[in-house]
Amino acid sequence: MTEEIIIAGFGGQGVLSMGKILAYSGIMQDQEVAWMPSYGPEMRGGTANVTVILSDERISSPILTKYDTAIVLNQQSMDKFESMVKPGGTLIYDPNGITHEPTRKDINIYKIEGTAIAAEQGNPKVFNMIVLGGFLKVKPIVKLDNVEKGLQKSLPPRHHKMIPMNIEAIQTGMKSVEVVNQL
Amino acid sequence: MAEVKLMKGNEVLAEAAIRCGCDAYYGYPITPQSEVMETLMLRKPWEETGMVVLQAESELASINMVYGAAACGKKAMTSSSSPGISLMQEGLTYLAGAELPCLVIDVVRGGPGLGTIQPAQSDYFQATKGGGHGDYHLIVLAPASVQEMNDFVGLGFDLAFKYRNPAMILADGVIGQMMEKVQLSEYKPRWTQEEIDKMSDNWALTGKKAHRSHNTVTSLELDSYKQEVFNHKLQEKYKLMEENDVLFEEIQCEDAEYIFVAYGSASRICQKAVQLCREKGIKVGILRPITLYPFPKKEIARLSKQVKGILTVEMSAGQMVEDVRLNVANNIPVEHYGRFGGVIPTPEEIVEALEKQIIGA
Repeated sequence: MTEEIIIAGFGGQGVLSMGKILAYSGIMQDQEVAWMPSYGPEMRGGTANVTVILSDERISSPILTKYDTAIVLNQQSMDKFESMVKPGGTLIYDPNGITHEPTRKDINIYKIEGTAIAAEQGNPKVFNMIVLGGFLKVKPIVKLDNVEKGLQKSLPPRHHKMIPMNIEAIQTGMKSVEVVNQL
Repeated sequence: MAEVKLMKGNEVLAEAAIRCGCDAYYGYPITPQSEVMETLMLRKPWEETGMVVLQAESELASINMVYGAAACGKKAMTSSSSPGISLMQEGLTYLAGAELPCLVIDVVRGGPGLGTIQPAQSDYFQATKGGGHGDYHLIVLAPASVQEMNDFVGLGFDLAFKYRNPAMILADGVIGQMMEKVQLSEYKPRWTQEEIDKMSDNWALTGKKAHRSHNTVTSLELDSYKQEVFNHKLQEKYKLMEENDVLFEEIQCEDAEYIFVAYGSASRICQKAVQLCREKGIKVGILRPITLYPFPKKEIARLSKQVKGILTVEMSAGQMVEDVRLNVANNIPVEHYGRFGGVIPTPEEIVEALEKQIIGA
């Protein structure tokens, strides 16, 4: 199994940390992982994206132009990455701020109201975990207990008390993801 | 077994330095490798192993501090990125001329000049052909994964001390910024003064001892005939490196009709290109030089008799391709494909280049 994922949105949305938690979860189930951020003269509020690869085999290129899954969190990222999903692949997006809905018919498309749910719960910080939950529902490539172990590894001990809240957010995301286009 | 961690290439360089018993790091921040010093400063190894970590006032100061520590037989290192490494060239040729071991890390970015901060491999010539003046070589290691960022720190110091010659890790922004699974090396203690006295008694500046006259560390010689004798000695040393310490990896070369020659992150992208080629029925393999100096000449010669064509893939306008062309032992096409200035080639572009420049040519 190899899953090549792009997570893309604004800086500050937790794009990079979502990727890191996913990568750590892969390690917990003995997979090979790579986490490659776009980097450059970035600024706050600018776009941020990260390629995450989980595989049972040695990982080849961390630089990709086609992805099994794109997790898209703003319009700029939709414009850039919708076309880069492999035919038969998966696109998951948060409709908040999306003005042009995805139009492809040859991929699975799902919607997760991450921003809205996080705001409803009064906890915008768990936004990225809600989205991660949505992804894990449609692509259960890592088990939830491995995500929990991954969180334990990636967070410093002083933040471990927040793990249950994050797991809860992932579960909320799992329940909230909606099908837009299914092959 | 050591714990598996998820770390950035640059962070791993710092961690590996502490664990291999490095005595001193001197550096000056520059993107895309600033995490090396940042990680060292956060880890505070001076409290743990006694390792010195010092932010110098410039790259010139860093490399000359390395010279000073190396002259005393210590394991000293620095890291920088392309423009900073250019500033260090005087120090590097002096280190080579004074036969001092040290480790220098270049996390390459796009050039020339201040260039860009994105990944590139355009410092191959500078790293392997001297960079500074005079007939000298650095030992140059090219990691292609975060794990190799860990492994090559210890290896770099080992080779540097084996030959009393500066060693360089030539990485790039991709390997430096990427996080992968890594198994960190076990801790090795720093050498004690007694161990240094014993090991490097015939050259290091450890004080005048009763059993020998004083040691001198210099790269200056006023007698040209003596300089020539010394240069012959250096050349003998380089010959030994070429005979004994060439490292490379062959990937799917057994049945290959074509090969990519690529190092570092370009070799990773080529691995994807190989997958894409093989899905199309084109049998391609990769020769990945791990030591860029000494270069795997014999392997190029051997593979050139097996395959129908070679494409070098570099994030430069074509530098390593010259060494590949010098060593092919058969009349086959050898072409270069590159993106540069901080642009990274995609696997699809590489497949297309192979089809156009080699197969269809």
